[in-house]
Amino acid sequence: MAEGQIHHRDFFLSTVAEKLGRERRKTVTKPQWTTTPQYDVLKDASQDELVEVLKKHCEVIHTQFIETSLDKLTEKIREVFEQYEVASVVTWKDERHKEFGLEENLLDKLPQENIDVHIWDPVLKEKNIEAAEKADVGITFSDITLAESGTVVLFSSKNKGRSVSLLPKTYIAIVPKSTLVPRMTQATAYINKQVKEGKNISSCIDFITGPSNSADIELNLIVGVHGPIKATYILVDDTARLP
Amino acid sequence: MAMKISDDKFFDRVEKGVNNTFMRSAVASAQERMQGKRLAATEELGNWEEWRKLGEEIRTHTLENLDYYLEQLSENVVKRGGHVFFASTKEEANEYITKVAKEKQAKKVVKSKSMVTEEIHLNSALEKAGCEVVETDLGEYILQLDDHDPPSHIVVPALHKNKEQIRDTFKEKRGYDKSEIPEELALFAREQLRQEFLSADLGITGCNFAVAESGSISLVTNEGNAGLVTALPKAQITVMGMERIVPTWEELDIMVSLLCRSSVGQKLTSYITGLTGPKDEGDVDGPEEFHLVIVDNGRSNILGTEFQSALHCIRCAACVNVCPVYRHVGGHSYGSIYAGPIGAVLSPLLGGYEDYKELPYASSLCAACTDACPVKIPLHELLIKHRRKIVEDEKKSPFGEKLAMKGFQLAASSPSLYKTGTKSASSVMAPFTKENNIQKGPGPMKPWTDVRDFPAPSKERFRDWYKKREKGGK
Repeated sequence: MAEGQIHHRDFFLSTVAEKLGRERRKTVTKPQWTTTPQYDVLKDASQDELVEVLKKHCEVIHTQFIETSLDKLTEKIREVFEQYEVASVVTWKDERHKEFGLEENLLDKLPQENIDVHIWDPVLKEKNIEAAEKADVGITFSDITLAESGTVVLFSSKNKGRSVSLLPKTYIAIVPKSTLVPRMTQATAYINKQVKEGKNISSCIDFITGPSNSADIELNLIVGVHGPIKATYILVDDTARLP
Repeated sequence: MAMKISDDKFFDRVEKGVNNTFMRSAVASAQERMQGKRLAATEELGNWEEWRKLGEEIRTHTLENLDYYLEQLSENVVKRGGHVFFASTKEEANEYITKVAKEKQAKKVVKSKSMVTEEIHLNSALEKAGCEVVETDLGEYILQLDDHDPPSHIVVPALHKNKEQIRDTFKEKRGYDKSEIPEELALFAREQLRQEFLSADLGITGCNFAVAESGSISLVTNEGNAGLVTALPKAQITVMGMERIVPTWEELDIMVSLLCRSSVGQKLTSYITGLTGPKDEGDVDGPEEFHLVIVDNGRSNILGTEFQSALHCIRCAACVNVCPVYRHVGGHSYGSIYAGPIGAVLSPLLGGYEDYKELPYASSLCAACTDACPVKIPLHELLIKHRRKIVEDEKKSPFGEKLAMKGFQLAASSPSLYKTGTKSASSVMAPFTKENNIQKGPGPMKPWTDVRDFPAPSKERFRDWYKKREKGGK
């Protein structure tokens, strides 16, 4: 990738160092923090206990929570489609569709049922965004799921457009049980590890906690100011398919 | 809009605030609700003091090594193909940003909420360069439509407006013809803003925290507008105050957790977005071009001084939400985009004592702000430091106070004058006294007695009372 440019750095940083009363620092060792309360949150919780925490918090964040098994997943998604009156769908080009049986049981069948399906495809460029803008529902998998706050973490890529979770009227996150962790700490630790190993992290990492909302008018909570108006998490027990 | 939001004098602004009944009740109920939510969210953790301690440690370490972390950040941004501009002044920042806008031939700019761009007066610079600038945060959008009404709260900028006023603004400026029901108003804003996002050439954001080690920036919102601002336009410029930085994602976790709990009482807000450089090759959405503008604009003058910890602020407004003075006078009275206790500390530092010398006095020094601050900035102590500086170094104490101090100095220097003064206090104040309270005090007492009663001096002096008591009287 082409490198960018830096302007006016030296004068700026020399001023900072001077005001701090010392020379410019070229190496700094980050100290061991004296306390790490973030690791205590839900420290010993089992995966099932985390599910309960997530389920309970979904009430707080105005998000419908559905728990299902792998073989019932498509059925549950269809139920939400009916509830949301879905006529068009946008989703990622995601290998998990196949692994979770969504390709043959759902995505391939929907067009015959007059439901328009758009699968994100980098070759189609801007058409993807147009499709997302028009879609009734956007569906993504959760890459990491934070039980404490009810947050799905999405790592963008060329096959996983940012617009899928943002532009459609409603949003469904498929949450594999295996992706559940206690809180943001475990997600940032994972990202941190990638950085330390010199890997390129996704250009966009979204932490999404329920539908878009605002309290800007007389502090009344209003849902769907910019992004989705409704959100559903479908937690699917994928532990059986794990090695 | 710039940092300074009014040319009125401090007491005129306060008078306006005190007389605005809707605003005062809105502020009072907002404070109660937000403080309640914050307390519930922090108590739930059970070890909030540990979190605060860690927050303070991280902020102190980062600021002490700011040059190092900013250098690391800039290196990592360019490695991912972004550009970094270090702006010492607001003029430099505006010049660079308008230059990029011109190069991109940007006609429409969409923005997500950013205090620092307000501070540097960016919108008017862009408008001068021929761009249309659209604020997309709902509160900011309302204020912008209403002829650039200034924000009154850091987190809830349009707090001072009621829904009928918002309906009228939409009606007058955008031909809205529905009711004042918040849901309907919001749906209208959604439709209006959708079109703006899809037709914008340039997206501009602030930055809650930058991560030095990965060259990322993070944006914390509830509405998701920052996601749209950064996903749809072809180019993105992020403007950050130079202090808004953490070493790694590990510290980002702590800062974001402290911010969400302290500002809105949530564990995490609906959207937290971590962005690293422009979009990757093959990505469809996301900007092709990414610029990070790091702004000093007076911040470095705070480094190495007794006020350095003011730069630890993460803009959560917890201090605003507990402040009895803010509750009384509202955000506009501060005359700065930074209101409340942190505003009273920061505004004189960034904007100078000439414009903001009264603000450190607009505090009861009750220390509720210091207790509420998630990164333990000793706000009330910093206000006292300001007062000392204003009086001793700057000789800029307000005229009334100077007069009162002079008078006291004179009276206290002679025992007979002191005696006369204390003896006559009661009768001197008699014309202003009603039922043992002074309701309309003269001179320096006026601002106080405009909003509060002041107990009248006792008819009997303490010394006389004491003498009598010594003699066995009552």
